Amino acid sequence: MKIHKYDTVIVGAGGAGMRAAIEATKRSRTAVLTKLYPTRSHTGAAQGGMAAALANVEEDNWEWHTFDTVKGGDYLVDQDAAEILAKEAIDSVLDLEKMGLPFNRTPNGTIDQRRFGGHSRNHGEAPVRRSCYAADRTGHMILQTLYQNCVKEGVEFFNEFYVLDQLITEEDGVKRSAGVVAYELATGEIHVFQAKAVIYASGGCGKFFKVTSNAHTLTGDGQAAVYRRGIPLEDMEFFQFHPTGIWRMGILLTEGARGEGGILRNKDGERFMEKYAPVMKDLASRDVVSRSIYTEIREGRGCGPEGDHVYLDLTHLPPEQLDAKLPDITEFARTYLGIEPYTDPIPIQPTAHYAMGGIPTNVQGEVLADNTTVVPGLYAAGEVACVSVHGANRLGTNSLLDINVFGKRAGIAAADYSQKADYVDLPENPAEFVVSQIERLRNSTGNERVAELRRELQETMDANVMVFRTEQTIKTAVEKIAELKERYKNVAIQDKGKRFNTDLLEAIELGNLLDLAEVMAVSALARKESRGGHYREDYPNRDDVNFMRHTMAYREVGADGSETVRLDYKPVVQTRYQPMERKY
Amino acid sequence: MATPVMDKVEAQSAASPYITVTFRVRRFNPEVSAEATWQDFQLEIDPKERVLDGLHKIKWDLDGTLTFRRSCAHGICGSDAMRINGKNRLACKTLIKDINPEKPITIEPIKGLTVLKDLVVDMEPFFQAYRDVMPFLITKDTNEPTRERLQSAEDRERFDDTTKCILCAACTSSCPVFWNDGQYFGPAAIVNAHRFIFDSRDEAGEQRLEILNDKDGVWRCRTTFNCTDACPRGIEVTKAIAEVKRALITRRY
Repeated sequence: MKIHKYDTVIVGAGGAGMRAAIEATKRSRTAVLTKLYPTRSHTGAAQGGMAAALANVEEDNWEWHTFDTVKGGDYLVDQDAAEILAKEAIDSVLDLEKMGLPFNRTPNGTIDQRRFGGHSRNHGEAPVRRSCYAADRTGHMILQTLYQNCVKEGVEFFNEFYVLDQLITEEDGVKRSAGVVAYELATGEIHVFQAKAVIYASGGCGKFFKVTSNAHTLTGDGQAAVYRRGIPLEDMEFFQFHPTGIWRMGILLTEGARGEGGILRNKDGERFMEKYAPVMKDLASRDVVSRSIYTEIREGRGCGPEGDHVYLDLTHLPPEQLDAKLPDITEFARTYLGIEPYTDPIPIQPTAHYAMGGIPTNVQGEVLADNTTVVPGLYAAGEVACVSVHGANRLGTNSLLDINVFGKRAGIAAADYSQKADYVDLPENPAEFVVSQIERLRNSTGNERVAELRRELQETMDANVMVFRTEQTIKTAVEKIAELKERYKNVAIQDKGKRFNTDLLEAIELGNLLDLAEVMAVSALARKESRGGHYREDYPNRDDVNFMRHTMAYREVGADGSETVRLDYKPVVQTRYQPMERKY
Repeated sequence: MATPVMDKVEAQSAASPYITVTFRVRRFNPEVSAEATWQDFQLEIDPKERVLDGLHKIKWDLDGTLTFRRSCAHGICGSDAMRINGKNRLACKTLIKDINPEKPITIEPIKGLTVLKDLVVDMEPFFQAYRDVMPFLITKDTNEPTRERLQSAEDRERFDDTTKCILCAACTSSCPVFWNDGQYFGPAAIVNAHRFIFDSRDEAGEQRLEILNDKDGVWRCRTTFNCTDACPRGIEVTKAIAEVKRALITRRY
């Protein structure tokens, strides 16, 4: 076991982690731990753009952007945070441009902008061009640009270091962060990082679904690490299903395709979104479009022999426009489906995409131990966190924005804190939990297999807590997850070695997914209303009287060692906007 | 208006799609043996699936010790470059049907970098060469503009191709010069230098060119075109290297 001491430790090296690292490295001695290499992070898969009311191509302002974000989130958004997001969006985009990001340009040389779902002129009048983009690889360009600037700033990375535990000490009822414990993939060695400030920026947890746009590595490691140590998770029942994943594979096809004029059609060739969203049509918010697609499929208007998908039609767009604006996604259609998007429509279905919920933070990125109490020295930003700027449904292009605005804020806040704070003493045996977890898995003689349990988990999540949910389906999922958690105790791995043991890694990741799936399903069961990405067929309306509040899920351990999820609730911050009926 | 009724995908999906293929994988684990060996795995797979799906079938159902890197699984993250039937490709962007599944499919780690275990290689020398070309925008103006720097669409287009790089190392590890001499910067580092040399906003082109004028720099390129063939992003790598060579001679870029 090795012990390291840093002022600031950042867990994760995607957009939020590297944006934080650029700030934190200038101000404090910083280490960035990632279980991958930085440029492998899933920020690179984001396509369509980053929202900011630059007004480069038409009238726009941050207040309209704030309103769209609040409405898009079905009023579960904390409005003070949304206002910060929309205001600081402008400087965030300009920061990236100055760092070298190659945005597409207008004829007069400014950053070009295009339409995206849910972003509107003057509170819903018509779609507005607010998304700043670099073809359909904006996330790739952001990830590369941030990595380039980390190289420039001399950011210290620990690549393929997998953080398995958050160290928290509790004195007089006050929780404080002491550091993290990491597993070095190359050697199997355990490293304790003592740090004055820790920032989680480890991304989402979409791998508990089967059809998902998420990378194999998005297994909620950060959320699970802090949850196990008594930190709550907020609004985990809200998960976004992106309308246009490649049929059966789930690979993302950007909403920018519809921003450029692409149209969704059912088996009769009908532009069905006109029925569901007369003004915004194909550019309604993602939850609305995904539900509309499944409604078409359920009512027998889906395409193919099994009627299980619809089409994304780009055939009316000029090939030059597809080549210039959507080169990557048209290439995906060719590579994975053998479809030529110039002439043939692309089969799509909604794909599990983004966790609106996560580790609760305030607008400085400080993690909350309950509705109000900050955990000194602990921060989170990006998809792992819940500020909450996305509420019940995130707007497209607001996540690349979120990682930049709140990554920067968390980086500054954490480094400032670590410059004035003292180290918190490490617990007596800091690596105890990780050592026992690894030894248990390595020495297990059980008869359960990781891949089989994961398959069963993904199947139950897809079948029961996807776009449409009922009390009965969610209960089915809760029971199945409980069964899987029990069987997980008996899981065994084949690779017993120390060097690059990805067999072990996948077993640990599965444990994290199971914990988070349970939190998600239990939170969803209790929310007896429909709001944003959480749609209950047995409670089809939004219920502001009983449920205009954030879910806070806590892990409870009974005297007999049994684990349960305890739910509490937190008020929503409302400033300028009163909840209204949501129409697009 | 297109009114699609049937398409290619649906026409194919009627019959049972599965075929039996052999994956012949180069195995190496110094914890077990100092020697690398070939191991054959038989698996049932839909030919429209990816090589990565086949590797997962092995790891998840047959042999959990098989070790490889992967993340996004659709050609964006650059984790799973490997040598498939003797050519560098991304496992997640290579469909079984496109690589002659009648014969055993050989899968080896990329060449020229130290193999650590099975298909995992030491990427550090690769990233060091990348860092050595100063892969970040450098400007001399001390007064930051309040708005974005202007750039014409044409100037932006000039370096578009080389911005696509995902640092997967497929190009560099396909280069015979790199195999023989690990000191050579390699195609990927030159591509990333090109991305800034030809960016109208950048002001350190001269410095980068001097770095690449080194004996281990751009002149080592023998125009084999392996790199261009290997690039999963379709970057014209050899052309980019040639443009850097030309810029060194003409000092115009």
